[in-house]
Amino acid sequence: MSNKGIEISGRVFKYGDNVDTDQIIPARYLDTSDPEELAKHAMEGVDEDFAANVSSGDIIIAGKNFGCGSSREHAPLSIKGAGVGAVIAETFARIFVRNAINIGLPIIELSGFEAKTGDEVVVELRRGKIKNLTSGKEGTFTHFPEFLSEIIQAGGLMESVKKDLSEF
Amino acid sequence: MSLGRNIYKNRLNRKRLNKGDFIKIEVDVILSNDITTPLAIDAFEASGITKMKAADKAVIVADHFTPNKDIASAQQVKKVRDFARKWGIRFYDAGCGIEHTLLPEEGLVVPQDIVIGADSHSVTYGALGAVASGVGSTDVAAAWASGEAWFKFPEAVKVVLNGSLEPYVSGKDLILYIISQIGTDGALYKGLEFCGPVMKELSLDSRFTMANMVIECGAKYGIMEADHKVVDYIETRARRPYTLQPENYSIDKDDEFDEILQVDCSKIDPQIAFPSSPANCRSVYSIEKTPVDQVVLGSCTNGRLEDFKKAAKIIEGRKVCRDLRFIVIPSTALIYRQMLESGLMKIFADSGAIISPPTCGPCLGGHMGVLAEGERALSTTNRNFPGRMGHKNSFVYLANPEVAAATAVAGYIAAPDQV
Ligand code: SF4
Repeated sequence: MSNKGIEISGRVFKYGDNVDTDQIIPARYLDTSDPEELAKHAMEGVDEDFAANVSSGDIIIAGKNFGCGSSREHAPLSIKGAGVGAVIAETFARIFVRNAINIGLPIIELSGFEAKTGDEVVVELRRGKIKNLTSGKEGTFTHFPEFLSEIIQAGGLMESVKKDLSEF
Repeated sequence: MSLGRNIYKNRLNRKRLNKGDFIKIEVDVILSNDITTPLAIDAFEASGITKMKAADKAVIVADHFTPNKDIASAQQVKKVRDFARKWGIRFYDAGCGIEHTLLPEEGLVVPQDIVIGADSHSVTYGALGAVASGVGSTDVAAAWASGEAWFKFPEAVKVVLNGSLEPYVSGKDLILYIISQIGTDGALYKGLEFCGPVMKELSLDSRFTMANMVIECGAKYGIMEADHKVVDYIETRARRPYTLQPENYSIDKDDEFDEILQVDCSKIDPQIAFPSSPANCRSVYSIEKTPVDQVVLGSCTNGRLEDFKKAAKIIEGRKVCRDLRFIVIPSTALIYRQMLESGLMKIFADSGAIISPPTCGPCLGGHMGVLAEGERALSTTNRNFPGRMGHKNSFVYLANPEVAAATAVAGYIAAPDQV
């Protein structure tokens, strides 16, 4: 993953609390693990038009407990496959957090940042800054803890494990 | 004293760990299933890692879309089966059972284990005194390779179950009630640790049901002490040596907990979780007449022998209402046989139930009972999110096995003493 200092910019897709993994990618599509196939049905349970409207770099902003429910890694994978640059939520369900970090989908815990669907937003991951270009409002967030940054910087969990194993 | 946190500390040989600390820790069991293993295989193979340190700890269960529901799932299961053979991983094929009932039954989890599973309901093993957490597929692939997983050292919440159980109330109702009190994110990132006088009243099957559903309030794990009921259960099953927790690790002691939740079980009626959240609970006695199109009795939540015994008591000698389908799914092959031998199967068959081989099937809207638009089901499973069991405009009500049996007879949601 290449978020070192990079900027993510795109349009906002705004959702509410408790968007669960069945809504992010319904179980009937779990007969594949191809991100592009999964992307065709991303967020289908909350927003049928999401897959058709999303473009690279766009940003999901949601409320509390985003990604609750099953452990399916297909959920962050479908979102990443759809080109989403980052997911911002007030809180995330814990397995979703792991999965997102392990596969390199940037997630940001942030409450109260004002934005509505369609707004243009820029996120600077490294500096912990976010700006709504449409409204001019700005916000800040805390960067990932060191431990998680290392996983991300290694290029995901498998790369970091590979590095560890080769050091034996 | 927090049992879960001490299992982590002992494993790492650390006296102090602070909540929020990140740890890498050796795990004992690495579980995945027919849906989550393909992604783990992809991650493992893409990494270029050529050795598996922990193949002997890995367990794969084909239970979600099995017996294969279509060509795509057949391909997927084949990929998993071939991979398991190649690496010598313990593999349970179609029909063996649903993972979270099967692993304890097979003696694969023992007290004080650290278990990860690429399935959110891996928390079920907390009923045996293990710290068990749901993770993702890449976590599984990484653990196959390294034998380890990463965790954030959690806060722990002590849940004290006071009072006693009312008629027709079991583990399902207690956990639904607790979720309705604290909300679906009420225990996010935290461990729940259960104790109190009611623990003694709860059968192991009821405890599995409770531990199974702690994820529905976001918990990292839900743990219970390994008492004599646990010992009786695992004694003849355990495939590894085990030790029970040290005397002084009683969850009852107050220290080390960040929060304490007192629950008066005496005032809990059989619960119905209304669509579309497990936290949306009401007493079965307080609801309006609600007809349903389907009743499902089974799953890793309530598909164990005791669940079928209780339901059979209600349905024996009666007929399923002709306006609905009643689907009964023993959650493992062993339970299936026990139901045959004990005559339970006949009771359900005589009532007009549809009896399925062990599978997750309808629980996740996979197969064997998918709902059409507008249909309603009452189910003993654990989730009723929008579209969970089929069409996105279909509705699921969650309840215990006795309420399921009563509902199957009545045609609308009912308590056993209402039919
Ligand atoms: S029965 Fe349902 S909840 Fe349990 S493992 Fe299967 S799909 Fe998941």
